[in-house]
Amino acid sequence: MYNLSLHEIRKGLLSKKFSSLELTRCFINRIEKFCDLNAFITVSADLALESAERSDKRIADGKSRGLEGIPLAIKDLFLTKGIRTTAGSKMLENFIPPYESTVTSRLLGAGAIFLGKTNMDEFAMGSANVTSYYGRVVNPWSRDKKLVPGGSSGGSAAAVAAHLCVAATGSDTGGSVRQPAAFSGIVGLKPTYGRCSRYGMVAFASSLDQAGPMTKTVRDAAILLKIIAGYDEKDSTSFTEEVPDFESFAGKSIKGLKIGIPKEYRIPGMSEEVIDFWEKGAALLKDAGAEIVDVSLPYSKYALPAYYIIATAEASSNLSRYDGVRYGFRAGGLTLNEIYENTRAEGFGDEVKRRILIGTYVLSAGYYDAYYIKALKVRKLIRQDFISTFEKVDVLLTPTAPTSAFAFNEEPQDPITMYLNDIFTVTANIAGLPGISVPIGLDKLGRPIGLQLLAPHFREELLVQVGAALEEAANFPSLKEMGR
Amino acid sequence: MSYIETSSGKWEVVVGLEVHAQVTSSSKLFSDAPTGFGVYPNENVAFFDAAIPGTLPVVNSFCIDQAIKTGLGLNGTVNLTSLFDRKNYFYADLPTGYQITQFYHPIISGGYVEIETEEGEIKRVNLDHIHLEQDAGKSIHDQSPTKTFVDLNRSGVALMEIVTKPDMRSAEEAASFLRKLRSILRYLKTCDGNMDEGSMRADVNVSVHRPGTEYGTRAEVKNVNSIKFLAAAVNFEVERQISILESGNEVKQETRLFDSSTGKTKAMRSKEDAPDYRYFPEPDLLPLVLEQSRIDTIRSTIPELPDSRARRLQLDYDLPHYDACLITSEKEVADFYEKALGSVKSDKELAKTLSSWIIGELFALLNKHGKTILESRVSPEHMGELIFLIKTDVISGKIAKDVLELMWETQKPPTDIVEEKGWKQIVSVDIIRDSLKEVLAKHSDKVAEYKGGKDKLFGFFIGQAMKETQGKANPQILNEVLEELLGE
Repeated sequence: MYNLSLHEIRKGLLSKKFSSLELTRCFINRIEKFCDLNAFITVSADLALESAERSDKRIADGKSRGLEGIPLAIKDLFLTKGIRTTAGSKMLENFIPPYESTVTSRLLGAGAIFLGKTNMDEFAMGSANVTSYYGRVVNPWSRDKKLVPGGSSGGSAAAVAAHLCVAATGSDTGGSVRQPAAFSGIVGLKPTYGRCSRYGMVAFASSLDQAGPMTKTVRDAAILLKIIAGYDEKDSTSFTEEVPDFESFAGKSIKGLKIGIPKEYRIPGMSEEVIDFWEKGAALLKDAGAEIVDVSLPYSKYALPAYYIIATAEASSNLSRYDGVRYGFRAGGLTLNEIYENTRAEGFGDEVKRRILIGTYVLSAGYYDAYYIKALKVRKLIRQDFISTFEKVDVLLTPTAPTSAFAFNEEPQDPITMYLNDIFTVTANIAGLPGISVPIGLDKLGRPIGLQLLAPHFREELLVQVGAALEEAANFPSLKEMGR
Repeated sequence: MSYIETSSGKWEVVVGLEVHAQVTSSSKLFSDAPTGFGVYPNENVAFFDAAIPGTLPVVNSFCIDQAIKTGLGLNGTVNLTSLFDRKNYFYADLPTGYQITQFYHPIISGGYVEIETEEGEIKRVNLDHIHLEQDAGKSIHDQSPTKTFVDLNRSGVALMEIVTKPDMRSAEEAASFLRKLRSILRYLKTCDGNMDEGSMRADVNVSVHRPGTEYGTRAEVKNVNSIKFLAAAVNFEVERQISILESGNEVKQETRLFDSSTGKTKAMRSKEDAPDYRYFPEPDLLPLVLEQSRIDTIRSTIPELPDSRARRLQLDYDLPHYDACLITSEKEVADFYEKALGSVKSDKELAKTLSSWIIGELFALLNKHGKTILESRVSPEHMGELIFLIKTDVISGKIAKDVLELMWETQKPPTDIVEEKGWKQIVSVDIIRDSLKEVLAKHSDKVAEYKGGKDKLFGFFIGQAMKETQGKANPQILNEVLEELLGE
């Protein structure tokens, strides 16, 4: 039963084919069995089993809620009251949150069971889950060579792909839900900026961060999104927009919908196989009745540099609170400055320090206008680019990442090339748009490849509609079907 | 123009202020933690105030209303769109490592406060802008030789920073500005103006130059927390800067700290060491967009402010400028005054007597008992009645002082006190004549001396007659009758 989709699990629980306790035990066993994947930083087995018993009682009493008894994994960036939350950093190694994030409290409120907290790049900064203080995550699709799962939500992606949970939460600042979903052969949806509350998420870049579901199917993503979405008075940047019944769009015909193919997303250094799958995806959608339209997004090529300025600027400020004064890691020191310096030198990893330095630099007097202000202008243009393109098409189809997952130690050694992994995903964050990555197939090495769909602001139902159609046509195998 | 004159010639002083006024609000600017004073350290701290990961600011709309009210009360323009920015710096009592403020687009632009110069002229001190920001916590260094303690109760409390143009020309003008500003904010109830509790603090920019030349290099003095200290800080800076310039050196642009125990300022950091705050728009908050209707509603709640109230009192009651300013400088005093006046026949003569009695006798009583006007044991109605008794010659001013004391003690109306004590003034000419005749008869020798030219004895007879009437004789009548009798 562990390889069933959330949708199927929900049916199974309600029809009492299996109990939540059985299901939860099964996943806890699997987490233990596949612990070499290093997908979890913290496993909350006891709490999960207790909750499962309570859920079974509710199901028996006919008081079942939307996600009653369904075991999920939570990215270790969502604050979970009483359960350690590290954000993948030494800085928060012993941090036990005093409150529950809005996203997780909505999941809990719907009856979900939390199996534990998943591994991630430190403070969500990374594209391969290699910057975690708690070690790398292994992509369950690895065969002869160990593959990275993508990042930063690498633990969640691996846990879903390896059936260590029914579904998981991720967070996406520049592609951290979609890119690991693509690398790990699962579905990852990044909602419109403001669709979900950021309250209780360890902040990376406030104007870009957004929580999103990571699931086995598009329908599952729709189910989870419905529950976590919606206005929250604790997050002033969350929107009051109505939350539609996303699930009802899964399976809906896409006849007559216009799918835009942006020519700028064909870049040098891109894998030929990725291009082939992109074309295949377009063909599949066309077969399903959609119209394929070539479009141009001329400003997209500036998205990556703009992203790395805005994201690092905000991060440099957001991470100032990790100073060793009130909570988290503290290194010794005789003066306040010494405590700061030692704490931050020992508590942060290299990638985090690099981004804090870049962010501090671009905000400095004399550089602010040249970098930060210019990046904001570019951001406006990119946003406008998308808005006018969406007057012509309903959704855009692009690859999620330029390549499939790379092997350990074969990943780009210089940070800039590593950053290129986000080239197709950052645009959605820069423009605040919703996006989804749907697995399309396996390349010659047997590594998953995902395609990305982008929709206008607050039109996630289009992602569900087109994503489900693509999913059905692609008929992507689950790891279990692959015999692993 | 007031200049400072030294042996080397004239100097002009330029002063500008940045006043930090704590917004009167029961909760903080971006969290729902209370703002009460006098609680245990770290008691009023929400997760956001301690920068727990994942917490976000939520604008307290009451604080916004208060800032709008302040802006309108100070004749400023309310900007329909303003933005919050982050000011980044590390300090132990700044949990997030940044202060949320309004650096680029403040909520209020412009505005002015009118002050009276030493020459008695009305002068406008223009405001550059008013912005909202969070206060930091407090670092306590004197509890342990090796440790610093941090109290976050103030962390996140809403402040308005009221920034003036460099429009003041002396320590006195700066002091009058701060006094007037404080008075207006207290009228508006947007800041309690308690400088002792730190609800109002000022940073002051001072420079000097020769009249007719460009402004000099300024020094910014931080940590000035009383009106007295403000004047002291400006005066100290003026002297320091003039002596530097007179000895042929240059004033350095720097930040200085005022030490209230010595009355001196000392260098804190030079311009070169000024931190780079890396201001950028706060991404956790949307732009603050205001509806005109909200501003209009707030405008309708603004009370009559001290300047116009003083003008009205002068106009309506011929109240002297000095009295009008004193009475209106505190809203509660002005309210007391007008209530007292309203409770009796409010004619012009009564108005002046009343203000003199409030400024003189009542203030003395309040001081003596350490009470504010709101805690006065003498009600405005009784105060009005007392003045009425004086003006209608029921009691003399001298007796009235005793009556007022008893009013404070017993809280009884003055009429009852006068009745009980039998302190009614004697205004009957016949009775007064009789008692004077008695006095004169008793001291016939002195009468002879008086008639012989010893004028001073007039006072002696009055004193004797007062004694005879237990001080109740109307002094004017007494004088008139005595003159008449002695003239016979």
